[in-house]
Amino acid sequence: MQTEAAQLRQIPRGAADAAERDAAGSDAITELYGDKGAVAQEVIDAKKAELGLDKPFVVQYFSWLGGMLKGDMGTSYVSGKEVFPTFVSKLPATLMLTALSILMTVVISIPLGVLAAVNHDKISDYILRFLSFVGNSLPNFFVALLLMQLLAIKLKLLPVISNGTTLRSAIMPTLTLAIAMSAKYMRQVRATVLEELNKDYVTGAKARGVRNSVILWKSVLKSSMLTIITLLALSIGSLLGGTAIIESIFMWDGVGKLAVDAINMRDYPLIQAYVVWMAIIYVLVNLITDLLYHALDPRIRLGVSKE
Amino acid sequence: MSEPTVRIQKIRRDTVKTRLIIFGTLAFLLLIGSIFSEHLTPYDPYLQDLSNAKAAPSAAHPFGTDRYGRDMLSRVIVGSRASIYSTLLLVAIITMIGTGVGVFCGWHGKWIDTVLMRISDMFLAFPGLVFALAVAGVLGGGLQNAIIALAAISWPKYARIARSQTLSQKETPYLKAARLSGSGTWKIIFKHILPNIMGPILVTSMLDIGTMMMELAGLSFLGLGAKPPIAEWGSMMSDTRSLITTVPWVTFAPGLAIFVSVMIFNLLGDTIRDYADPKSRSSS
Repeated sequence: MQTEAAQLRQIPRGAADAAERDAAGSDAITELYGDKGAVAQEVIDAKKAELGLDKPFVVQYFSWLGGMLKGDMGTSYVSGKEVFPTFVSKLPATLMLTALSILMTVVISIPLGVLAAVNHDKISDYILRFLSFVGNSLPNFFVALLLMQLLAIKLKLLPVISNGTTLRSAIMPTLTLAIAMSAKYMRQVRATVLEELNKDYVTGAKARGVRNSVILWKSVLKSSMLTIITLLALSIGSLLGGTAIIESIFMWDGVGKLAVDAINMRDYPLIQAYVVWMAIIYVLVNLITDLLYHALDPRIRLGVSKE
Repeated sequence: MSEPTVRIQKIRRDTVKTRLIIFGTLAFLLLIGSIFSEHLTPYDPYLQDLSNAKAAPSAAHPFGTDRYGRDMLSRVIVGSRASIYSTLLLVAIITMIGTGVGVFCGWHGKWIDTVLMRISDMFLAFPGLVFALAVAGVLGGGLQNAIIALAAISWPKYARIARSQTLSQKETPYLKAARLSGSGTWKIIFKHILPNIMGPILVTSMLDIGTMMMELAGLSFLGLGAKPPIAEWGSMMSDTRSLITTVPWVTFAPGLAIFVSVMIFNLLGDTIRDYADPKSRSSS
């Protein structure tokens, strides 16, 4: 039966193609046999029994949960391959994209956020706030298409869709994700630094004649870093969701694209694996942030309550 | 830095009022426009004219035409109804569910509060859009299912705000007085608690409209929301994205529409927040 499933495998269709069919009533089975014309009811029933889809919903859930706890995430309905190896083989591409996007976000938004805070209510602050506002109102798939049009089609600097997970084809997806994230993050960095700059010790240091640059670099940034890092970790959640859309636009071969393809084919084991893995990564990132916070803030480390 | 003088405070208040009027009017026009969108289109948005397909933007067709020769401007105008109203419906749903659950938890307390709050914690542990993708995927696309998926992940935020607000209201002397004077539970909740806690909740929902519009359009873009031939901005972009190399305006017109509407709602949301809470203004 495994080979039969492999034969029936269809090339995952694009979102728009999948959308043209009315998918409301379709399940995994109709997706699997959909384009093959009339299929005998016995074949459908046999396939349902094999995949366990004839059992009640609760039974399906617990058999999945039981497998999950043993590290078995099931087999893909479409390809007949085991989910776990498929998933792990695609994970590095997504992690690479995420890491590059975070790096670029940090490089863009921290200096700009600090600049806006230092020049509070001056012209550069207004320009940066305006840019961040524009960035916040742009859906990331629109940014992706704009970049594609500009960099790949008009200027012909980059390939339109990625050809493998190379650094060169990572530029556009990274830039897309970083633009959306920087717009949000820059505002937060600015607000954090501004709050720190308004504290009494800054006024005190100024009164004692400490140079502004020394105050900024040695005191203000050092104490703002904690909040800045926490906020960065919190925004990783939206980044993980964003990678799904961006990966499928740029044909980046990661878990996000895998998940979107699986959703279009109603390949439940893959969808479940994707959600569980993303939740695990998200929780892990939050845990690491908590630990980092602990290491960075002496008040927490020494058990002194804040303020 | 010193406290702003009374004069500066008054000037700031006045600018916020002006902004409120401007952005409120813009948002209102957008809503009215999308109600009557069918009467505002220069052409029939579903009428195909293959002899005039993929026409470049011109005076007759400001946004050009798509591959079936349909006028893009008309399609974008008609698309506003699906895009804007489904977003407003979504925000209304999550505000009501979240507030309902939050007030109930805060008022009732005990085990049911614990259970519902742990459930909301569970939802908050997932990266939002990932969960919405999966829910929409399992439900099988369609605008209605996309709204359900996004509602399922977004209510906990409102529940948390409503719960903490209710808890603080519960401790106020006036509420104790109301109870002592014999007001029933429903009267207290609807006449005293809700009017007092709606401020922060409504500000949050106003600020959420832009984000929700983008997420809904994102789901439609992936084929998990509105489906062609229904004119909806996200699905229009996905539908035409293969044409980006030859006729980019077909894809960019609905994108521009999303951008402008999200911007208007974001500006309105920010202004309402500033209006409701003048303290946050100086730092944001």
